[in-house]
Amino acid sequence: MARVAHNRTPHALVAAGVALLLAGSYWGLLKAPREIFMGDVQRIMYVHVPTAWNAMLALSFAFVCAVCFLFTNAWKWDNRLEAAMEMGVVLSLLLCTQGAIWAKPTWGVWWDWDPRLTTTAVMVFAFGGILALRAFVDDPVKRAVWSAVACIVAFADVPIVYFSVKWWNSLHQAQSSPQTVSRAFHWPLRINAFGILFLWTGLVALRARVAALRLQSEIHPPVPEQKSAPAGAPVPGGA
Amino acid sequence: MSGLLVALRKDLLLQWRGKAQIVAIFAFGATALLLFSFAIGPDSLALRQHAAGFLWLGLLLASTLSLAESFEREVEEQALEGLLLLPASARALYYGKALANWAQLALLGAALVPVMVVLYDAGTLRLLSLLGVILLGTAGLSAPGTLYAAMTAQARARQTLLPLLLFPLVVPVLLAAVKATSLLILGDPMGQLAPWATLLAAFDVIHWALGGLFFGRVVED
Repeated sequence: MARVAHNRTPHALVAAGVALLLAGSYWGLLKAPREIFMGDVQRIMYVHVPTAWNAMLALSFAFVCAVCFLFTNAWKWDNRLEAAMEMGVVLSLLLCTQGAIWAKPTWGVWWDWDPRLTTTAVMVFAFGGILALRAFVDDPVKRAVWSAVACIVAFADVPIVYFSVKWWNSLHQAQSSPQTVSRAFHWPLRINAFGILFLWTGLVALRARVAALRLQSEIHPPVPEQKSAPAGAPVPGGA
Repeated sequence: MSGLLVALRKDLLLQWRGKAQIVAIFAFGATALLLFSFAIGPDSLALRQHAAGFLWLGLLLASTLSLAESFEREVEEQALEGLLLLPASARALYYGKALANWAQLALLGAALVPVMVVLYDAGTLRLLSLLGVILLGTAGLSAPGTLYAAMTAQARARQTLLPLLLFPLVVPVLLAAVKATSLLILGDPMGQLAPWATLLAAFDVIHWALGGLFFGRVVED
């Protein structure tokens, strides 16, 4: 247990994230001007667009963790991979839900086969499938290597999915960025983006600690100290 | 290279000796094609319109059976560990098995075409192009399918896991192969076949490379 860090940074990140989200949502819901064409429905953009950015960021971080694990065999990357992949799937699910809530009054349908929407749904299933794989493999080494490989393969697939769906069908609005939206909308977008960023990085750090603790309990006999471990063997622990 | 050929020969021989399995998988695919028509109803125009989609869905569902089977034999009696002790690289084993799976899936796809023609009245005279699309599409199923079957064959709940991992990944294959086959059946006035075939080829190149790159790590002990 001793090697699992106990510093409070993740808690601070979570608290800062929640505070920023509250501030950004207050600004976006009450203070920002109404959008002319879509009305109040458009206000969901203040969480939707930051969620989209952060979902991509979380899954990209999972990809980085997967590559680092395959190169270093260090367990901390596997713990982070598990945490980041769960966070990426949750954020992508939120993204689909928010999109559906926005699409019904705007487009008249809950769902549309547009490239970004479809790609997000495919990502939810692809990375959700890898989480299922992790749940069904008991050997920690195999679980770590396989999910890292599957994560890299799935991540490499995302652009192909995006372009194939784009050729197949298209309707979605152009991506929102500070260049495409009016200045009045910038601040709530930015504040919420950092709010979600702090929230998920804090939660991922905490989740990685949980993964590290579970790993310690899985490996028998109780884990030897790092000094006595054979050279090259991955040492469990460390969030 | 010789290791690859020996591995390919071994897997083709195993498939040849298990002919009954291939016939059963074909029967499964043909049954699926029959069942899909019940979803649409006896509207011959609509059936013809959707024929290509049904063909590839049938092939995709059947492919999980044949891909899973190809590794279950290796996991039984720890045959895989024996193979890894041989002086052949894991990469050769992977490409041997992926090529054998590709051959089996392409055969299955070609065998399902007459069923589609009969059930949905959806034929084409551009048989060589159709064969090309089937070859490109099944290659895209075989490469990631073989990699994932190597993992799921050793996991719990393997019957569920393989499709769960494979289906989201091969969405581009399904889209492009259905579109290309549809263009062959229903006509291609805009000449769109080539870009879809290129997309399939690009998917194949990427996933055949990734599979060879990672298979060694997946089966290492």
